[in-house]
Amino acid sequence: MEHQQQHPVRLRINGQDREFHVESWVTLLDLLRERAGMTGTKKGCDQGQCGACTVLVDGKRINSCLTLAVMQNGRDITTVEGLASGDELHPLQQAFIDCDAFQCGYCTPGQLCSAVGLINEGQAATRDDVRELMSGNLCRCGAYPQIADAVVQMLDLRESKKTVDGFTTGAVLA
Amino acid sequence: MNPFAFTPATQIDAALAALLDPDTRPIAGGTNLLDLMKEGVMKPSGLVDINHIGLDQVEQRDGGLLLGALARNADTAYHPLVRERYPLLSSAILAGASPQLRNMASNGGNLMQRTRCVYFYDLGTACNKREPGTGCPARDGLNRQHAILGASESCIATHPSDMCVALRALDATVHVRSMSGERAIPFADFHRLPGDRPEIDNTLQPGEMITHISVPDAERFIDHSAYIKVRDRLSYAFALVSVAAALDLDADGTICAARIALGGVAHKPWRVEAAEDALIGKRADEAAFVLAADTILQGAQGFGHNDFKLPLAHNAIVQALTTATRGTDHARGLDAGTKGEPA
Repeated sequence: MEHQQQHPVRLRINGQDREFHVESWVTLLDLLRERAGMTGTKKGCDQGQCGACTVLVDGKRINSCLTLAVMQNGRDITTVEGLASGDELHPLQQAFIDCDAFQCGYCTPGQLCSAVGLINEGQAATRDDVRELMSGNLCRCGAYPQIADAVVQMLDLRESKKTVDGFTTGAVLA
Repeated sequence: MNPFAFTPATQIDAALAALLDPDTRPIAGGTNLLDLMKEGVMKPSGLVDINHIGLDQVEQRDGGLLLGALARNADTAYHPLVRERYPLLSSAILAGASPQLRNMASNGGNLMQRTRCVYFYDLGTACNKREPGTGCPARDGLNRQHAILGASESCIATHPSDMCVALRALDATVHVRSMSGERAIPFADFHRLPGDRPEIDNTLQPGEMITHISVPDAERFIDHSAYIKVRDRLSYAFALVSVAAALDLDADGTICAARIALGGVAHKPWRVEAAEDALIGKRADEAAFVLAADTILQGAQGFGHNDFKLPLAHNAIVQALTTATRGTDHARGLDAGTKGEPA
């Protein structure tokens, strides 16, 4: 049966090159959780409504439940497991702890990946922008104010760092 | 999901050849198609991956705008050319879906997305769009989201797109290609009303694929356009009613040209050009906007739960035109006084 055909899929997941053989209908989410052992990425609604499955593909945030693994062949995937450097948390993860930005934690991996994507996109200038641009991630515990706090704190950190760099490196502005 | 054959295409012709099989669908972002396949609403026997055939340009062409079918919604909305020259389009795209979905969804796919009518999605119920001839439970059922204009006995579903509402207002053209050639479809003729064939969303023919969308120059509307979207929550929800409004005003506030298109009210973006023509030469004030809203909503009819859409649409049209008059920056919250709290 041609439909049962296994397709080779090569992915770089959190810096590691991996190869899989999957059926056409396997979503990226199911590949990550069931085949790659990356269970940090959560399956909430499986319909693109909750954002718990958010991962970064080539630095862009997407819902991994709404794309096929075979469509992502050759891509660079970052999941929540790939945010920290060894034992050192990603600054955004630390900001989530500092701001008390979760209760049960189920949505947190998606919130973190989404917020990293938001920061990469560079479109958020205000707290309102942060709230709007985090609207693809639901938190049924209702930690939204603290999640916004954590992201806003991160953006402030980046901005203040940029200013310092600007002063110390003279005319060279990032 | 039903098993299906998967074919990656690297050239347009290979994709078009695969589409000669009427049971094969093209997949780009997949954000709606895969959802429908998981639910069993759509069951193609084959998917052809068109993400690597190019067609992802966002550029100026012939004095207007050319959007590749495979350019992503986010890349389109944030493109400097779209932001600065077509603010209505940028605002409409950014009012839709979530950032993750906008990163995935393609421009062609946005046009091709299907209604979010709950009965269409629910295999346990009848639906003339999903299974022709079975009936429309929405007419007497949960129809809060449904159409108030252009509906038929057999279907009262709405088209869910925000982007398409702006494209309709801006007189876009949809360019399609098949193995036998190319053709251009005016945006007004791309989506269709349900009539007695609600299973057909648009006028794309079997074997055809959208290659790009062109939008004529819209410089006259840059300073006075607004996309107003009314929904059940502040963000990430489909429109109950949306309005794309654009005005060309002369120095003393007289209307030289107007464009008004509505989303969330019909099976296709709704536009009544007679209402726009009647605004020409008038002062941009509430009395004129109320008249325009009356004209646009002639024949509107509720089905019970969605009766509120009649006054809502009326108010939203007046508000969108009023906001557009104040200015595009005002509509986008960029002028002084309406800016959000700094991060």
